Amino acid sequence: MSDQSATEAAYVVEGSEGDRWAIVVGLEVHVELATATKLFCACPNVFGDEPNTNVCPTCLGLPGSLPVLNRNAVELAMRIGRALRCTVEPSVFARKNYFYPDMPKDYQVSQYDKPINVDGELALPDGTVVGIERAHLEEDTGKNTHAGGGGRIHDADYSLIDYNRAGVPLVEIVSRPDIRTPDQARAYVAELRQLLVAIGASDARMEEASMRVDANVSVRPEGTTELGTRCEIKNLNSIRSLGRAIEYEARRQVDLLETGERVRQETRHWDEDGGRTRPGRSKEEAEDYRYFDEPDLVPVAPDEAWQAAVDANLPELPASRRARLAERAGRPTTDGGVALTVERDLDALAHAAMDAGGDPARVLTHVEHNVPVEAAGGLDPAQLADLVRLELDGALTATQAKTVLAEVIASGRPPADIAAERGFEAMDTSALEGTIDEIIAANPTEWDDYVHGDDARRGKLTGFFTGQVMKATKGQADGKVVNQLLGARRAAALAGE
Amino acid sequence: MPTPISRDDVARVAQLARLTLTDDELDRFTGQLGAVLDHARDIEALDIDDVPPTAHPYPLVNVLRADEVGATLDRDEVLAQAPSAEDGRFRVPTILGQEP
Ligand SMILES: [Zn+2]
Repeated sequence: MSDQSATEAAYVVEGSEGDRWAIVVGLEVHVELATATKLFCACPNVFGDEPNTNVCPTCLGLPGSLPVLNRNAVELAMRIGRALRCTVEPSVFARKNYFYPDMPKDYQVSQYDKPINVDGELALPDGTVVGIERAHLEEDTGKNTHAGGGGRIHDADYSLIDYNRAGVPLVEIVSRPDIRTPDQARAYVAELRQLLVAIGASDARMEEASMRVDANVSVRPEGTTELGTRCEIKNLNSIRSLGRAIEYEARRQVDLLETGERVRQETRHWDEDGGRTRPGRSKEEAEDYRYFDEPDLVPVAPDEAWQAAVDANLPELPASRRARLAERAGRPTTDGGVALTVERDLDALAHAAMDAGGDPARVLTHVEHNVPVEAAGGLDPAQLADLVRLELDGALTATQAKTVLAEVIASGRPPADIAAERGFEAMDTSALEGTIDEIIAANPTEWDDYVHGDDARRGKLTGFFTGQVMKATKGQADGKVVNQLLGARRAAALAGE
Repeated sequence: MPTPISRDDVARVAQLARLTLTDDELDRFTGQLGAVLDHARDIEALDIDDVPPTAHPYPLVNVLRADEVGATLDRDEVLAQAPSAEDGRFRVPTILGQEP
């Protein structure tokens, strides 16, 4: 994305002298793939099992063991790549060497200069397009628990290691530094999460750490194009903390620069309770990892047939689903209810009810507000269409329709039967007209005000008359119809003067 | 020709691997690693502009296995191999400041 992005100037950090600073953010998102087994061995890939029960010689790094690549992990990595409009390339695994007990081999197998997916993009709901630099395969590390001294790393006396997670397949998705506001960062992660779930690549749960987000944040004077020194923020446990951390970090960097200091390139940890970032280790240079091609694995070069099969099996992506639903229901693409319905995976139900003849706008309103996601599977779309038909025919008010729908969901019985049982019957408009005429006759002063008053006054009196009608009909009248009839009476009164 | 690797380089690599080397060992390994790198220099002298880089000696790609669960090791047996264990996990010394 270029610096001419429409939202470029939307977020500015102001300095003490009124200087204006823009922020530049790139995100690195690690997602655990939804495979049955680990990346290079046949151990189960399961979250939450007893520690060290899903281990074997390969993922424990025992001498003589050899890795064999999981086909499904490659397939899911390609699905992610293609959903992000990346090019799939012949790729090579590399050893990233470092000494830390979370990897018993003392290296992590990753992809370095030849990643499987390159050059993609992700469009956010607001239209911002964020470039994707790469999305590569690698293995996850084991889990450290710092023990002793209160369990915090700075007081730790020793660490306990669980290798169940060591070797679990990950895809690391690296965005370009195209993000300009904390909101865009949040939207990017939310959109990516939905996409990953929709294509079945990952359950992408930040709270279970199956999706982990690091943010590279830098600042520069507004209107300039040179990138500032960045810091990498880790330990972001939620979309909310991502936004807070970016805001804090941008402020911190601006304060440094304004007092004539430099921003040091480093890794910083987000402290959720303190609402601040703290320095971690200094950023190691890539050469410290002494990357080299993994000699125990051959390259992965998916042929055209495999890539075509991946493309053919991709489901419709959330962005397209939102656009299609919005268009059909006559709402804007950015509509919150549309987004929510797609996120809850209820758009298929809405479309089915529309296909069965339900008015699209009313169908979506019910799906958005009156269909609990856990009960949606039990709702027959044809019955939802029937319900909407009764509503539009005037046989049910909106409130009654909601009541009937809840019962349809609970019992699976036809809406018309439920409406009849509850005595929700089509109100004869002539009866309603009679009622309204009686009320007008009984309140001549209010009526005169209603006919001749200004808009505000008439608005108030609309409430008064509707209330009277509701009282007389025990709430059975449709507010919209009452409104129409009142309007018609007023027009007639004015015409007769 | 200058030496292909300095004593400081060797000390740095040893530090990354968390190895403590004596002065004698540093001298010895600097010499030995230098000999290995001298050999690499000999190969670098060859004209290989027309030879494409090879990731692997075998002309193989896509060696893959099906995503099917296999056998795992017994935890007690695994932990018995370690110097120290606690709560079903490996117990290791403090790792402050060494996080990758
Ligand atoms: Zn294993």
